[in-house]
Amino acid sequence: MDLFLIAIAGLIATGLAAAALAPWPRLGQRVGQGGTILACGLGLAPAVTTLAGGGRLELLAPWSMVGGSFHLLIDPLAALFLLPIFGVSALGALYGAGYLRHHEGHQSLGPVWLFLDLLIASMAMVVAAHDGLLFLLSWEVMAIAPFFLVAFDDDKAPVRDAAWTYLIATHMGTAFLFVMFFLLAEEGGSMDFDTIPAAIQAAPHLASICFVLAVVGLGSKAGFVPMHVWLPEAHPVAPSHVSALMSGVMIKTGIYGLVRLLTLTGEPAAWWSWLLIGLGAASGIFGVVFALAQGDLKRLLAYSSMENIGIILLGLGVGVGGVANHAPLLACLGFAGGLLHVVNHALFKSLLFLGAGAVQHAAHTLNLEELGGLLKRMPFSGAAFFVGVAAIVGLVPLNGFVSEFLILVSAFLPLATGHGSAGVAGVTVLVTLGLISGLAAACFARAFATVYLGTPRTAPAAAAHEVGWEMAGAMGVLACACVAIGLGAPWAVHLLVAPVAVATGLSMATVAATLDAAAGWLATAILAFAIALALAATLWLLRRTLQARAGVERQATWGCGYGAPTPRMQYTASSFAQPLTHLFHPLLHTHVEEEGVAAPLPAAARFASHAPDLFRDLLFNPLFRGVERLMLGLRWLQHGNIHLYILYIVVTLLVLLMSAVG
Amino acid sequence: MALISSILVPASGLVLAPLLVAVINRVKARIAGRQGPPLVQPYRDLAKLLGKGAVYSTTTTWLFRAGPVVSLATALAALLIVPLGGVAAPVHFTGDLVAVAGLFGLGRFLTVVAALDTGSPFEGMGASREVTFAALVEPALFLALASIVATTRMGSLSSAYGAVDAALWSAAAPTLGLVAATLLVVYLVENSRIPVDDPTTHLELTMIHEVMVLDHSGVDLAFIEYGAALKLWLLGMLLVGLVVPVRTANPWLDGAAVIAGLAGLAMVVGLIESTMARLRMNNVPALIVGGGVLAAVAFVVGLNP
Repeated sequence: MDLFLIAIAGLIATGLAAAALAPWPRLGQRVGQGGTILACGLGLAPAVTTLAGGGRLELLAPWSMVGGSFHLLIDPLAALFLLPIFGVSALGALYGAGYLRHHEGHQSLGPVWLFLDLLIASMAMVVAAHDGLLFLLSWEVMAIAPFFLVAFDDDKAPVRDAAWTYLIATHMGTAFLFVMFFLLAEEGGSMDFDTIPAAIQAAPHLASICFVLAVVGLGSKAGFVPMHVWLPEAHPVAPSHVSALMSGVMIKTGIYGLVRLLTLTGEPAAWWSWLLIGLGAASGIFGVVFALAQGDLKRLLAYSSMENIGIILLGLGVGVGGVANHAPLLACLGFAGGLLHVVNHALFKSLLFLGAGAVQHAAHTLNLEELGGLLKRMPFSGAAFFVGVAAIVGLVPLNGFVSEFLILVSAFLPLATGHGSAGVAGVTVLVTLGLISGLAAACFARAFATVYLGTPRTAPAAAAHEVGWEMAGAMGVLACACVAIGLGAPWAVHLLVAPVAVATGLSMATVAATLDAAAGWLATAILAFAIALALAATLWLLRRTLQARAGVERQATWGCGYGAPTPRMQYTASSFAQPLTHLFHPLLHTHVEEEGVAAPLPAAARFASHAPDLFRDLLFNPLFRGVERLMLGLRWLQHGNIHLYILYIVVTLLVLLMSAVG
Repeated sequence: MALISSILVPASGLVLAPLLVAVINRVKARIAGRQGPPLVQPYRDLAKLLGKGAVYSTTTTWLFRAGPVVSLATALAALLIVPLGGVAAPVHFTGDLVAVAGLFGLGRFLTVVAALDTGSPFEGMGASREVTFAALVEPALFLALASIVATTRMGSLSSAYGAVDAALWSAAAPTLGLVAATLLVVYLVENSRIPVDDPTTHLELTMIHEVMVLDHSGVDLAFIEYGAALKLWLLGMLLVGLVVPVRTANPWLDGAAVIAGLAGLAMVVGLIESTMARLRMNNVPALIVGGGVLAAVAFVVGLNP
């Protein structure tokens, strides 16, 4: 626990030092980068030992805060979430210094490092906090720090709008958490998490109320549909390493909160599982369909985060159903799949956001239609991005497949063992996950190919260059981690035993037995994939031998004999997605602006399409307009006369006094 | 005995898969009143292609070269997992159906990416259609396999297909029949046959799979053609293994029955191709979703036997 506290203190100290060194940007960046990596390394140590050893670290320190206690607890569940928080953050810091280098001297970088470090420290504190007040306090810091990071380019109006959208969305969620914690504290007499089980026992109806409040409150952080509206606004405009942290790591604190609450509320009701599966299916399908229609790479990635949160929810939903129906097999596999996907998504989504940053760095745009052919210009970044794409699509033998395998098997198994309602839930999960993974393959084939393959569509894309060693290094490490978890799946599953035992409330022995079986299946599957890879290598060599005899030549791409193809003849990203966006038009409502080709000798024509967020347009915009109209009626209160304001204060104090005395 | 029979499963596929293509072509030729190429023609084509040189587009990268190699390697690896009806495959474990879907997914993704690597508008078009239909086929395939798992109460492909015998058919004929119909739709879509895709059309604009591999030549094309034949065989085993419930204790007999069934399936495909036109692209999703709905009905029917 000492190391954890030193890490937190180190992060804050690094942030302050980097902010103080803002006049010397080069030095400030070095301090920020080095300090953050060092502190994150220190923080990783207790997380790794707890996860591997299965123990728990606890600290209960005196705290002068009214109603709260400084209670920290790192058990295997918390440790599992701390792993990406510290690990990805360290890589984000490594990358960030390189990414921000061209801003040195133009824009003050001190605040970026300060708020980045505050964000990392607060995420770690959220996961370690074992007291409602401490949790909310950390949650609030974690909510506000990214606001300043999102608003990095605050001279642009869309960036400011995105930052405000984020701030409002996150606070709407926090409001529900306040209600939840105060309801529990009222019953349990304290904000400490240890009092929650007793409070629920005393008032069982609280369990379901708290669960729903948590789903709304935590879900707006995690990006459940329809509370996802801030993701596609905030993630694209932040600096890429910040997007990576927010999208890969920060939104998972919502998942953490939900799983932690489930460990405290006793046995779940069966309908909780259905709610999670329903939300997961909706988030997953909406997320991937919206992602498919985006023309901006980072916006696409933001929507895909929503999709992956959906996949995590499907796993957790099966797990909760297993706990509710006393089916330990399903409980273990569902939670294992969901929790592993949390880690996996942290890895490949950060990799992809860092990759998007590399693209922006090299070609100065993220508009898919202006890119192309980058793989030849950025071979390393391109290969790393390809690994990320393959992992997020769930291709064998990478890490995305492992978590999706666990979830799919947890959906198939109740059919084989004959659990009635679990079987129906299982089929729902199967169909949804099948559709999601198919659409994700379409989405990321499109994203990767339009950016990295073919020929450059614009001059800046043609002039792109490889990124520096810091950015490349961070992406390389993440890509290796994706491969390692994929090929080392059985070991990864073994590491999940302790966290799953905490999450399900089952004994270590039960969980270990189930996950051992799953690790065995995965080991056989990996063997088959290894055979496939070996075969591929053999075929590659065979082809080389055969071609050495017959000869190889290089020509232009076949164009039906047309000899002067231009890059503009390539299939565009929006054309590629058209069959699917057409199919899902009821969800997308794609806006098309078109000045088509009319006369036999046509003049210049124009076509543009964009997919606005359905929920933003149809749900939140009318809602906020309504709230605004309502609030306008109260405007007479705001007189601007200072005497009146003092009167308000006096009246409020009097009312409070009377209520306290009476 | 078990070892020999389990080696028989992938070996038969390796040798006989191109024959399915030949049977389809022969049936189509006969119905059109032609003699048709000899049954060994696909083998001759493969041998010829293996000896040829190659032309690579200057636009392409290492991914273009990885496409054919990986798609063939994944099909070969899948051959180790899919059972030949009642004859268990050499590799089987709980959830192996997910692994097979994963192998197919990898092969397809690399084919699509390799097509897009050329920067050709035709291949972009083909890739776009491929991913569209694949996204819709995946849930249908999972639903069909889910119904088989639920009917047989078995968690791996080999054990589930081993449990499909005449007794099970008489007990759950409606479920299994509907699943077979779904698998036929999946078969036609995944293998790019009529009514989804016409493998013999002369116009790039109307093709799906064939247009994605326009730029591949020589050895690469041989790998692709052989991989496609293996896919015909693999998905055919999933369908025929269900429809031909011959489960004697003798693996040679069981295997022979399924192989005969595969030849029958190839004739059915030839018949469909001779008598039907390709659907409009816009109508293909309705066919696939319809196939998925059949499997969903099968599952619901199976819930209350």
